[in-house]
Amino acid sequence: MSDLAIHVTDLTRTFGAFTAVDHITFDVKPGEVFGFLGANGAGKTTAIRMLIGLLQPSSGSARVAGYDVARDTEQVKRSIGYMSQRFSLYEDLTPRENIRLYGGIYGLTRDQIRQRTAEMLERLGFSSVADTAVRSLPLGWRQKLAFSVALVHRPQIVFLDEPTSGVDPITRRQFWELIYDAASRGTTVLVTTHYMDEAEYCDRVSIMVAGRIAAMGTPTALKGEFAVESIDELFVRLARPDAGGAGKAGRVQ
Amino acid sequence: MTSLRGLLRKEFFHIRRDKRTAAVLIALPIVQVMLFGYAIRTDVDNVRLAVVDPAPDSATIALRDRFAAARVFRIVTVVPRIQDVDSLFGSGAAQQAIVFYPGFADDLGKGVPAKLLVITDATEPNTGSLLQSYAQSVINQWASGISEPGRVSGAGQATGVSGGGVVRPAITIVPQVRMRFNPTRESKNLFVPGLMAFVLTIISSLMTAISLTREKETGTMEALLVSPLRPWEIIVGKVTPYLAIGFISVIAVLVEALLLFRVPLRGSVLLLLFEGALYILVSLSLGILISARTSSQRVAMMFALLGTMLPNILLSGFIFPLESMPAALQVISYVVPGRWFVTIARGIMLKGIGLTYVWRETLVLGAMATVLLVASMRSFNERLE
Repeated sequence: MSDLAIHVTDLTRTFGAFTAVDHITFDVKPGEVFGFLGANGAGKTTAIRMLIGLLQPSSGSARVAGYDVARDTEQVKRSIGYMSQRFSLYEDLTPRENIRLYGGIYGLTRDQIRQRTAEMLERLGFSSVADTAVRSLPLGWRQKLAFSVALVHRPQIVFLDEPTSGVDPITRRQFWELIYDAASRGTTVLVTTHYMDEAEYCDRVSIMVAGRIAAMGTPTALKGEFAVESIDELFVRLARPDAGGAGKAGRVQ
Repeated sequence: MTSLRGLLRKEFFHIRRDKRTAAVLIALPIVQVMLFGYAIRTDVDNVRLAVVDPAPDSATIALRDRFAAARVFRIVTVVPRIQDVDSLFGSGAAQQAIVFYPGFADDLGKGVPAKLLVITDATEPNTGSLLQSYAQSVINQWASGISEPGRVSGAGQATGVSGGGVVRPAITIVPQVRMRFNPTRESKNLFVPGLMAFVLTIISSLMTAISLTREKETGTMEALLVSPLRPWEIIVGKVTPYLAIGFISVIAVLVEALLLFRVPLRGSVLLLLFEGALYILVSLSLGILISARTSSQRVAMMFALLGTMLPNILLSGFIFPLESMPAALQVISYVVPGRWFVTIARGIMLKGIGLTYVWRETLVLGAMATVLLVASMRSFNERLE
């Protein structure tokens, strides 16, 4: 069990009478790029917030990097990186200062920070703007920087919550290269997205509908299983179950 | 602790980079002291006085000279008929009139009640009553000067104060009045404690609330919450810079008031700074509480303005005396932190009293700080759920 990056069993979260996440179960293997899909309000964000320790589960369990999210929140937080769609950079600080801030927050030593800053600026090609306020950088650059900053402490797992919304296709492509790059170095990636073409880049995807996981598997297997041309088509079918047969997605009600 | 240090440094960067806010934070205390010291004064000065003297004699001229010599008054005109006074008041040329009756010196000599009418523009009631008492004290002083021992009983008769801003001054009875602690009754001595409360409220409550909600708005708060930082570390990291700035502002206000306006500081500076720190804690907690309950900077600003600034200005005794407020408002003022701080600061600065006299107020502030800190931390933690 400990060789799984994320291990979720019957994870549930209710808000009053409303069940936002309804007994979801899934595993993510180390180094995997796992796509977490679902319409707005399907429960993706609530699920992620439980996995990163911002929200207590109502029932069920989840282990991230081997730690229980409800009990060992502290260790979970040390093992993960997180980037939300409202990326987490301070716009009035420079890239260098942002890296130093988050490096410090995650307890890196001064030498580590200096070394990783140089390395990161070099890899991103940001050396010329290292001391320019983030505010004045193009959106795509900021997003790439935010992703790198989320990885500054070399977490085992990184959670990306719609990292590419509002970005042009070229920058999106470059962003995915960064994701693959991280994954190739062993980082597990859990990413939510609205772009169904991006789902095809993932090793495996799950599709959430109304708080439940309606389908899960590799993009190729899912397309075969549901006899659809694309993940996009599958997504629409699952999100509106009345529009077509639910097939083998027996968990959809 | 390195992580906390980074957070602190970052907050100072924010303040420094936001040039406009930084300028406001630095200029605010200094400008406020100037404003209150020079412009917004409740003292009456340069009072435009009209004199109605139908038959000038030695006594009326002597009393007129007294008024002319008093720093507060400026005689704008001397007219013979009382009818002229109306237009002088109407045009605003005069704020106050002294009306003599013919035979003033004779009456005084004979020991008959000498009549004198003081008319005051009371459109502003506080100023009006202040002017009345100023004029009365000039007359009284003059009267006591001319009535040597043995002649006092025959010098005149008290008729006291009548309504409508009309006074028939007493010459017989010369009340001895001493104003303690602020003998010159200068409002600049009173405004400094209130001003400190005001500046601290802006910096501590308003700036804290805004800077915390800004992080919520931009989404950086989420990144901090996902990090291994504990909630109290985030709060301390966010709030300490404003605590420091607040403290520096208090000192700036004090130094400026002492040097520029020669406001007395009779009690212990250390005690005053300690009480200031306590008040900052209360204000910071309020700021945190506001930010925990709101999610946008605009709403936080409204709450901070309405919930902390207004009460601290209106109900602290800073500008409007609490004693003259309706009972209900006085009761409400008990929960306004500024009220306690202003009382303490005035006591220390003007009366030179120590903790033995202000321990009750200090205890109240301490209790407020404790309750609010706990409530704000709890509220902040709750929002993580």
